[in-house]
Amino acid sequence: MPYIEVDPELCKGCGICVSVCPKEVLKLGEKINTKGYNFAVQFKEGCIGCKMCADMCPDVAITVFKEVKAEGAKP
Amino acid sequence: MTRILMKGAEAVGEAAIKAGCRHFFGYPITPQNEIPEYMSRRLPQVGGTYVQGESEVASINMLFGCAGAGVRVMTSSSSPGISLMQEGISYIAGAELPVVIINMVRGGPGLGGIQPAQSDYFQATRGGGHGDYFTMVLAPATVQEAVELVMDAFDLADKYRNPVLVLGDGIIGQMMEPVEFPEKEPARFEKPWATTGCKGREPNIVKSLLLDPYALEEHNRKLQQKYERMKREDVRVETVDLEGAEVVLCAYGTTSRVCRTAMERLKEKGVRVGLIRPITLFPFPEKTVQALDPKKVKFILTVEMSLGQMVQDVKLFTEGRIPVHFFGRTGGVVPTPQEVVHEVLKHLGKEVEK
Amino acid sequence: MSAPAKPIFQKPESLRDRPTHYCPGCTHGIAHRLVAEALDDLGLRERAVGVAPVGCSVLAYNYFNCDFQEAAHGRAPALATGIKRGRPDTIVFTYQGDGDLASIGMAEIIHAANRGEKITVVFINNAIYGMTGGQMAPTTLVGQKTTTSPYGRDPEQIGWPIRMAELISTLTAPVYVTRQALYTPQLVRKARKAVREAFRLQAEEKGFTFVELLSTCPTGWGLTPVEALEWGKEKMMDYFPLGEFKKPGEEEGGAK
Repeated sequence: MPYIEVDPELCKGCGICVSVCPKEVLKLGEKINTKGYNFAVQFKEGCIGCKMCADMCPDVAITVFKEVKAEGAKP
Repeated sequence: MTRILMKGAEAVGEAAIKAGCRHFFGYPITPQNEIPEYMSRRLPQVGGTYVQGESEVASINMLFGCAGAGVRVMTSSSSPGISLMQEGISYIAGAELPVVIINMVRGGPGLGGIQPAQSDYFQATRGGGHGDYFTMVLAPATVQEAVELVMDAFDLADKYRNPVLVLGDGIIGQMMEPVEFPEKEPARFEKPWATTGCKGREPNIVKSLLLDPYALEEHNRKLQQKYERMKREDVRVETVDLEGAEVVLCAYGTTSRVCRTAMERLKEKGVRVGLIRPITLFPFPEKTVQALDPKKVKFILTVEMSLGQMVQDVKLFTEGRIPVHFFGRTGGVVPTPQEVVHEVLKHLGKEVEK
Repeated sequence: MSAPAKPIFQKPESLRDRPTHYCPGCTHGIAHRLVAEALDDLGLRERAVGVAPVGCSVLAYNYFNCDFQEAAHGRAPALATGIKRGRPDTIVFTYQGDGDLASIGMAEIIHAANRGEKITVVFINNAIYGMTGGQMAPTTLVGQKTTTSPYGRDPEQIGWPIRMAELISTLTAPVYVTRQALYTPQLVRKARKAVREAFRLQAEEKGFTFVELLSTCPTGWGLTPVEALEWGKEKMMDYFPLGEFKKPGEEEGGAK
């Protein structure tokens, strides 16, 4: 399953990624970073790797991961 | 070397090209329009570019960009246009970029007149724009000297990474005199700081912003060291007959030529008169003024086409040891040798002829 | 069985790895990234020279991973002219806000565009002066309240907002003039294509390119980041239509 990672120190807790995620798998978490922002986290499964969160993140804090199928495996 | 008769404005343009300058950004203003016109004709012939900026404000900023990219560049203007350029010159000095700027001074303030003047001395020698900085200022008195100083200006600008101002006036710009261009290859300077594209190195940033006050202070101190070095290494002055002089004239540019004629007439009257002709107005030839012997020199007469600007520096550097007097005409009026003779005789307490 | 996950979206090489000083939710971050993606995609990073403005993005040179110069307020197109004329092999771009480009720098942008300087201009339009605390801009909307239009912009007093993309598209020299927006992922993807096209045309030495990006200023507008995106979509896109006002091959441009 695809998933995302948010760099806690880059995130400013603006909430845009949360608002655009079509699967609602993101939220602003309980923890704060050194600047005092509640940074965003993926709190449940269901990410489809659409990259809309990453496209809208003003701080380029999100990396989107997708598993790559092993060679020879059926698509 | 061949001597050719050239108008001052055109000669300085050709001097820039001989110094390896291939880019000129400027805006027309009387009395120096022949400079951009000459550059617009000559630069394409030598593979360079002439761009007429939409204003002097734009032009000086084009200089910033081009110099920041490590390329020799020049502009020219006259007093009101130079005022418009002050923002850009301050930025250029802060970012430590080499540029050459020619000011053919005209009467001011405001729109003023189009005849020659020397009323931009303060503006030229005190930085001119905001902040603690100076531009080197070179003041030619003949078209030949203008050519040599413009060629040197590019090397000095690169040596110090600083703007260099060549201060002329409408007379030097308009008159025609025989000129020989020194045959020499333009000096090459390494510019590892320039924005040429960051291939193979860390990116370069050309800027003058330093928000941290301690960093900005340190930067300013570094700039000051530059100006101290200019004072040690690159002062230029011409002195005439100072040995045994009882009266010393101090003048630069066109006014110095008026003074030379006045000196001949004064010598006929038995006055022992000498001349200090600053060629660098910044750095000012302090030591030459300080070396005058108060037991021998009765007074210094500063002559300017203004109401008294360089005279303040003369007073500053004589430190009260010798009386300093001033004579000036302004608004575009050029002092005559007879007027200078009259002033000297008046201060000597002698009979003056009408 | 599947291999370990690989990143399919990450920070472009043309952006440095450091946090920005921009407000939470400020779309400068998105705009910076689109420029960086274009430079990466077209392999232009090592030839690029950016010109930073005066405004919130005055420190843009700290965020991009290429050569940069910092201009006086409004003068970036003049610096860019000097850089490109002096070093025609570089890829030169300016990045400017409302005050920098449409107010104090109006002469410089019109004339650089009119001369057809082979540079790319990225214009961040958020209808306000952000850095100085939220004053009115030439692009501030009618009725919009700012710190210097506390009763709302009154066109009877100071005129209507300026549409820069349309204005520049009436000039003959520019080859690509477009306005895009950064308010939704779909709009950002369109904007990405436009920014890339603008740089591609410069790399092919075609001429002057201009991309206006409708943006937000949550702090200046007094809205949350998400509310600001909504306001932008509703109000900004209404007055400032998106589109390509000039494309390569067109002599005449103008509002369509």
